[in-house]
Amino acid sequence: MISCEKAAKICNKLQYKEASFFEKISLKFHLLICKTCPQFSKKNSEFTSLCEKAHLQSLTEEEKIKMKQELENVNE
Amino acid sequence: MENQQELMHQLKPNTWVDNYADYLFNYAVARVSDSEIAKDLVQETFFAGLKSAKNYKGDAAERTWLIAILKRKVIDHYRKINSNKGKAEVRMSYSSSIDSDGDWLEEQVADPFSKLENSDLENEELGLAIQECISKLPKKQALVFKMKTIQGISTEDICNELGINSSNLWVIIHRARTALMGCLNTNWF
Repeated sequence: MISCEKAAKICNKLQYKEASFFEKISLKFHLLICKTCPQFSKKNSEFTSLCEKAHLQSLTEEEKIKMKQELENVNE
Repeated sequence: MENQQELMHQLKPNTWVDNYADYLFNYAVARVSDSEIAKDLVQETFFAGLKSAKNYKGDAAERTWLIAILKRKVIDHYRKINSNKGKAEVRMSYSSSIDSDGDWLEEQVADPFSKLENSDLENEELGLAIQECISKLPKKQALVFKMKTIQGISTEDICNELGINSSNLWVIIHRARTALMGCLNTNWF
């Protein structure tokens, strides 16, 4: 039986499709027995689908550094 | 008098990129749907913000003020690409589908049952809400979460780039996700 902490970690890995087969099984088993983790697991998956739905975009760190430099050039 | 001045918002241009670049970028991408153009618009917004910083009265929050500038930039962008007179004409043609029977006008009316428009708007709001929550995270959590979730970089690459091990990474991801879920909780779950 895995701990809740371990279960949470696997659950997070699952959101990025990085949980192994064995991890998935131990998570399923844990969720059957545990009272609190299923709630976290459900919410975590919901959050993943919200992130997908939102089509999040972000600039890369390099792009941001470039932006900062250009701003500084103008500021001088 | 001094107290009053402290209450007013102040511009901190050297924190703009870190604090607002992603938020503005999401706003722009939703409107011009081209990430290169969106990036340029954000940069131009920062330039314009610097230039007119002396006109900032401090009655709006920094981000609101920058969004207002970005809105103008988006409008200017569309003006520019539509500057030829011909392009500005509205063209309408009778829908060519074969099974279109009935009144032309009736067919042009927006479909009230179409969920597409509303859900686009809602998704944009959702995106901005998530970005706002991300900007409240500690810097490292925000960075790791964005690299993993938005840019989809592999665990291994992130670990190499930031010099952390994979357990560290999952702890950071866990904290970030928990905080974000809490932040979104009231409105979106």
